[in-house]
Amino acid sequence: MSDSDRDPDSSTDRDSGLSGRLRDLDRRLGQRRDANRAAVPAEKPRNQNMAMAMRLAADFVAGVLVGAALGLGFDRLFDTSPWGLVVFLLLGFAAGVLNLMRTAGLARSGDGGAGRPEGR
Amino acid sequence: MATDPLHQFQIQKIIPIEVGGVDLSFTNSALFMVLTVASASAFLILSTRGRGLVPTRWQSAAEMTYEFVAKTLRDSAGSEGMKFFPFVFSLFMFILVANLMGMFPYFFTVTSHIIITAAMSIAVILVVLFYGLWRHKLHFFKLFVPSGVPVAILPFVVLIEVLSFLSRPISLSIRLFANMLAGHITLKVFAGFVIALGSLGAVGVAGAILPLLAAVALTALEFLVAALQAYVFAVLTCLYLNDAVHPGH
Repeated sequence: MSDSDRDPDSSTDRDSGLSGRLRDLDRRLGQRRDANRAAVPAEKPRNQNMAMAMRLAADFVAGVLVGAALGLGFDRLFDTSPWGLVVFLLLGFAAGVLNLMRTAGLARSGDGGAGRPEGR
Repeated sequence: MATDPLHQFQIQKIIPIEVGGVDLSFTNSALFMVLTVASASAFLILSTRGRGLVPTRWQSAAEMTYEFVAKTLRDSAGSEGMKFFPFVFSLFMFILVANLMGMFPYFFTVTSHIIITAAMSIAVILVVLFYGLWRHKLHFFKLFVPSGVPVAILPFVVLIEVLSFLSRPISLSIRLFANMLAGHITLKVFAGFVIALGSLGAVGVAGAILPLLAAVALTALEFLVAALQAYVFAVLTCLYLNDAVHPGH
């Protein structure tokens, strides 16, 4: 409004004022966008942690279960009770721990897949 | 009966069918599987019927699910893994819709039975196994031989790797089934508290507010779990398929 009573040669002045306001708006929008972006991941970890806990539990239990099942099957086939169960249960325990560490991203798997960052 | 938290998981025969001594009855579980498939198909077919360049709200939702699963698969199994897209998308939609349908009162939750989740995870692992063997022949077994392991302990490591591979379908099925089962039991128990306390007079009604709040919060949590578990199942399927597509590294 105050620009109207100035002389016409101040148009460059007005332009710079306008672009200054544009820059200001841009900055403020950027701030708000950043704030929004920051707000979304802050919400995430709680859900992720619970999903992670369930995954870790299931991974470990599955390893032990497979070991026990294989051990019992081995014993029944070769009549070696209880040695098959003992050995395969220990191996299953090891596999369970391996699963755990891969899921947690602490061990890189030799085969690529399970240890990749997407495997959270 | 109404407050028994396990009653909701009972299988009831709706149409008894028996073929050659095998019980093939149409049960409530089967009914809700049919409903799940029907509503998932209806959602996708009806929402994409218009095929507008500017999508409607429903079409936009269908496109978002498509792009979400496609991105998940492409990120973890590469563009070569995209040939499994129909498989992964079907699994994701089935689990998601089945989980969400289970959230309706008096509805049967299909995925709370381990036989359903086990069948799905065994299907996943068989696809991985057969595609891997067909595509890479014996090189597929490199999956079980990590590089850089001393020869002395290699048999031991390979055995553990095989066990770890075999435990995948089990952990996949246990995770989904346990989440749905535990969630629905908890919900029912807390809702049962509200009824039991509410029938005790004024003090009981005041005390029932707490479990009521918990039940409301748990309902929200269950919706989250329903979507999250479908996503987790899809992501892990993608990771396992990646092993079938690229076993060597």
